Amino acid sequence: MFILLQRRRSMSRIGARSLVDSNLELNSVEAAMLRACRASSSAPRASTNAVRQRGFATVQDTPVRRYGGLRDQDRIFTNAYCRHDHGIKGAKSRGDWHRTKDILLKGDNWIIQTIKDSGLRGRGGAGFPSGLKWSFMNKPNWQADKRPRYLVVNADEGEPGTCKDREIMRGDPHKLVEGCLVAGRAMNANAAYIYIRGEFYLEAQRVQQAIDEAYKEGLIGKNACGSGYDFDIYVHRGAGAYICGEETALIESIEGKQGKPRLKPPFPADVGLFGCPSTVANVETVAVAPTICRRGAPWFASFGRERNQGTKLFCISGHVNNPCVVEEEMSIPLKDLIEKHCGGVIGGWDNLLGIVPGGSSVPILPINKCSEVLMDYDSLKDAQSGLGTGAVIVMNKSTDVVAAIARFSKFYKHESCGQCTPCREGTTWMMNMMNRLVEGQAHQREIDMLLEITKQVEGRTICALGDAAAWPIQGLMRHFRPEVEARIAEFRKLNGPVMFGGKMLKDIDDRTLALPDNLGGNLVEDGDRYLKAPTPPPA
Amino acid sequence: MARTISSSSSRASDALFVHRDTPYNNSSIPFSFTPENMKKAEEIISHYPPQYKKAAIIPLLDLGQRQNKGWTSISVMNYVAKLVEVPPMRVYEVATFYTMFNREPIGQNFVQVCTTTPCMLRGAYDILETVQSHLGGIHVGDTTKDGKFTLVEVECLGACSNAPMMAVNDDFYEDLTPETTKKVLDVFAKGSIPKPGPQSGRQTSENSAGLTALTSKPYGPGEHCTPEFQ
Repeated sequence: MFILLQRRRSMSRIGARSLVDSNLELNSVEAAMLRACRASSSAPRASTNAVRQRGFATVQDTPVRRYGGLRDQDRIFTNAYCRHDHGIKGAKSRGDWHRTKDILLKGDNWIIQTIKDSGLRGRGGAGFPSGLKWSFMNKPNWQADKRPRYLVVNADEGEPGTCKDREIMRGDPHKLVEGCLVAGRAMNANAAYIYIRGEFYLEAQRVQQAIDEAYKEGLIGKNACGSGYDFDIYVHRGAGAYICGEETALIESIEGKQGKPRLKPPFPADVGLFGCPSTVANVETVAVAPTICRRGAPWFASFGRERNQGTKLFCISGHVNNPCVVEEEMSIPLKDLIEKHCGGVIGGWDNLLGIVPGGSSVPILPINKCSEVLMDYDSLKDAQSGLGTGAVIVMNKSTDVVAAIARFSKFYKHESCGQCTPCREGTTWMMNMMNRLVEGQAHQREIDMLLEITKQVEGRTICALGDAAAWPIQGLMRHFRPEVEARIAEFRKLNGPVMFGGKMLKDIDDRTLALPDNLGGNLVEDGDRYLKAPTPPPA
Repeated sequence: MARTISSSSSRASDALFVHRDTPYNNSSIPFSFTPENMKKAEEIISHYPPQYKKAAIIPLLDLGQRQNKGWTSISVMNYVAKLVEVPPMRVYEVATFYTMFNREPIGQNFVQVCTTTPCMLRGAYDILETVQSHLGGIHVGDTTKDGKFTLVEVECLGACSNAPMMAVNDDFYEDLTPETTKKVLDVFAKGSIPKPGPQSGRQTSENSAGLTALTSKPYGPGEHCTPEFQ
């Protein structure tokens, strides 16, 4: 028995598991095995160790890997805070344009395979595997197609909460320009258009400056980097429409039309910009490509969980002490991200009400889920939300959460392009109902009516803006329905019954007329007295 | 007996979508690019395939708006249509769709206050009220009497980590408080331009209590790369 104890002590010396755990794990079979170990304890030291390690493995769980804590040497956007020169000289000193020629000479298949191996998924919100998407451009026998081919970079960053691409464009514009060249080479494109939202004037200037510098040095244009490959890059500034962040709307917008999304198929890889094969990719996706090629796919894939690899720029806004944009490892726990980089929630973690983890389009998470989710595509999807663009909007208990979501509804109402009826009308209806719910001027049954509208809009429109308008409301009702119900009850207590559509029962002038049932005025609710039959007017 | 005609009120929209001729905005007012802008316009058109000249509509409208004191008159639209060889209606469609084209004259300084949720959480409506009262009690959509400021409320401008913010003309003014908002507006009222960016003392969007990332010197060319790219 003494030896057994000694062994256990040595186990706790070697490993991290507590003695209590190993006690629990020890059943009679293992005890018998340990006795066998004891028998062999007189054997040479090395073999004893081997045996001990095997015994150790039986009680050891696989170690839990903690994500986060990215080191500066693994950050891709080293000038995200504009502390250094954003021009070509500064960019080259930070490793941009380093042996780009060799990357280009490796060929399209090598670049695409590297991106596939790195596990990079689109950083614009949908999270589609980038290598796969780029490979759609290189269909068998693509050389026979004589049309020009385009890479379109989506820098129409307009999702509320998102401000990551801005930091790339003003701090590291050369990463984006070089990324265009590398991604363009991968999909054998002839030119790239960078669509920057019109409000980003400074950012567009910086990118234009980077392009001009790159042309001057022969890094792009005819015979880019001396690789024999011709590639042009143009900046196209938008003019203020959130919907142009949708890929086909963006294509329409570059073509000089209203930004109204196209039906798919045909997908842009077949018929895209100017009727030619094109691929639309987010700024961050494109800008990380050269670094991945130089540092190797395994390096990039070593961050984050399986299927969610890489590093990512997160932008944290709202009720945190120090809002910031920061590049971190994927799968970092949401709580760690906020506590480590943003000085925590205002008023402490317990003062947290909810977090929108991925920009306005994803549902809100309540505090209990916020403390356990990881910032990656799968974990947030499991929590019925989404990573989106990695835009974390934090709300503490001082927030009027209904008003916050109602403001999102106003945003979507404003930004709906008006092409599909469910979205054009539905966003307005949703906004009107949400505005009434802020005060509570609604009928209890209208919550379900509102949810039904969201379900009717979702999936019935050409693009995802309808879905995006519906999800925040669904998220609100999923987690904060009691709050909404309480407001309705409170309003009703103060002001009397409310009918469907927000009209007050007391405002019905002529109570001698029958009230149609579809107004909800005749419904009996908990706590109401039966409505008295109106007294006929005196003859 | 006279029969009454019932009519519903017209739907309120952000802006009037139809054009009505006015003394300051009608198609007989001439407009053409200055030689300098014409050069820029040709450069812009050359970015697109020759059969897709109309792709230049948005950049050209922007150029025209800048030349035309910040707003897009019907003459600007007609001129752009002629330049890119499309029917004028194609340009009207675009000019009415995108919010950055002002189809009414604006003041010298175009103040755009963002009030979308991330800014709202940090007090954007206080900023909006401050701007309104500081500019002499104007409302959203109004221009001050001296013609110096036009105020509009806009949706997310993409500077959420620096909320609340407003954009004046092309520059972003971030991390605002009611006091700094007044200061920024006062500088504009004097005819000069305050320093854009965060008004709180931080440089961009880093943690204001001290950097939590990118504290060390950035790595140089070839560092940490795979052997073949070193």
